[in-house]
Amino acid sequence: MSTNSKITNEFALARLTAQFDGKIISAETPYDLLTIEVPAADLHAVISWLKSDDVLRVAYLTNIAGIHYPTQENREFAVVYHLHSLENNFRIRLKAYIPLANPTVKTITDLYAGANWMERETFDFYGIMFAGHPNLTRILNEETMDYFPMRKEYRLEDDTRQDKDNRFFGR
Amino acid sequence: MGLQDQIKPGNNLSIETIDGDIATLNLGPTHPATHGIFQNILKVDGEKILSSEQTVGYIHRAFEKIAEHRPYNQITPLTDRLNYCSSPINNMGWHMTVEKLIQAEIPKRVDYMRVIVMELARIADHLVCNSVIGVDTGALTGFTYVFQEREKIYELYEEICGARLTTNVGRVGGFERDFSPTFHKKLKDFLKTFPKVFTEFDNLLSRNRIFMDRTINSGPISAQRALDYSFSGPNLRAAGIDYDVRAMNPYSSYEDFDFIVPVGTQGDTYDRFQVRQEEIRQSLSIIKQAYEGMPEGKYYGDVPEFYLPPKEDVYNKMEALIYHFKIVMGETAVPAGEVYHSVEGGNGELGFYLVSDGSRAPYRLQFRRPCFIYYQAYPEMITGQSISDAVLTLSSMNVIAGELDA
Repeated sequence: MSTNSKITNEFALARLTAQFDGKIISAETPYDLLTIEVPAADLHAVISWLKSDDVLRVAYLTNIAGIHYPTQENREFAVVYHLHSLENNFRIRLKAYIPLANPTVKTITDLYAGANWMERETFDFYGIMFAGHPNLTRILNEETMDYFPMRKEYRLEDDTRQDKDNRFFGR
Repeated sequence: MGLQDQIKPGNNLSIETIDGDIATLNLGPTHPATHGIFQNILKVDGEKILSSEQTVGYIHRAFEKIAEHRPYNQITPLTDRLNYCSSPINNMGWHMTVEKLIQAEIPKRVDYMRVIVMELARIADHLVCNSVIGVDTGALTGFTYVFQEREKIYELYEEICGARLTTNVGRVGGFERDFSPTFHKKLKDFLKTFPKVFTEFDNLLSRNRIFMDRTINSGPISAQRALDYSFSGPNLRAAGIDYDVRAMNPYSSYEDFDFIVPVGTQGDTYDRFQVRQEEIRQSLSIIKQAYEGMPEGKYYGDVPEFYLPPKEDVYNKMEALIYHFKIVMGETAVPAGEVYHSVEGGNGELGFYLVSDGSRAPYRLQFRRPCFIYYQAYPEMITGQSISDAVLTLSSMNVIAGELDA
């Protein structure tokens, strides 16, 4: 994807490391997309810096996604941000892991207006809280829903259904 | 008798409260002017909109959850139902995401065939949007002209895959069959007749005084705000940012073709209309380039784990039978990994964020749906505008309910 990017993953990583020394937990490049894990507490600072940095100019928010890993203790949820520098044509993926006990990260709606609904959607499906969000309510599901349906413990189909035998569906 | 009783509220359009000069107006959820299920609660002072609040999710179908329980081949039909005005682009986008995950080598011919189908889909998508802008300004004629052409595009889909709206076209690895002789004939006919009809349509609206008066300065957004809201596609380009995934991160051999990325200046309804008009012309040129330069070769790549073998082989060869069984039962092993792939959909950057843990179904699949992202800017765009402009802005943003709610 980033074949015609103006900056390389190595350069961007070096620049990030220089700025956030010791805060970058891990960095890898799966399928040539620089993926960086940062502590949830520093997520906002990193995104803010990426946006204001004159060299990297990563000022376009592509998407926000939640992921649920029920078996990872204290790292049950991942919040994934894809960011894009339109000027340098450079993409970066930021990740932060947060515990089930306190699934909270700071909102980035102050940096990107478009993050509003993306964060609401993530909250709606995973119950991940975005501290400081102006209107953190359900968006696609009905307001009275009392669970977060994309969490892995919620089965796709109603367990009480008798008309489908899982054995016959390869499940 | 109070005012409430005098104005008997219908199902769609109801005046709920009138205090002072400000009224609350329910536009939708089902309203003939909104082309889909969108609810907007408007606060209006006469005709002028003071504020607006949207409710979305009326046709939410939990695609991301369903995708976590389905083998990769069975996710394609889900993507059909995102932006159903240009399903083939969604299908191809998904196939390419899987191909990227398994790092499959795809023949050049497949790329070119895909480009042809995707650009046809883009034309169909933009035709719907632009002709409906015309309808919303009161010009029904153009709509009837171009829907005839859209029908021809749907016939072309039928020739490739048998379906029209929810196409499920192609497979991971390529196409299920080569373009048929009828397809070639129909495509040539289309390339010949379409430009004339399209010019006629363009003449009806582009420099039409009434149309221009209605659309210029209706629902504008600045380039900076559009970027803040993560706009993409024609809506972003109308605001003046030349971001097109096809040009910036070429996929499916788009780097082989010459095309320009049209941009607007005002980001209003008229610019969005014009950007789409020009994109239709560019798509047409891309189709011609791809069709004329189509290389010889196979119409599918070498991905036996995903691409169904020919029936004859299934009956006569052990390996083919095993692959057939595994594909049909969805027991294909995929590498673990995470991949993001995006294509330029009808409405903008359609992204697939796929996390695989090596099992038969994705561990997590997120669709970056351009509609969902840019529709949140709608209140900002219509504040201070009249109600009829709000309707126009909605149709010119091309908000598709299926993509909005996933």
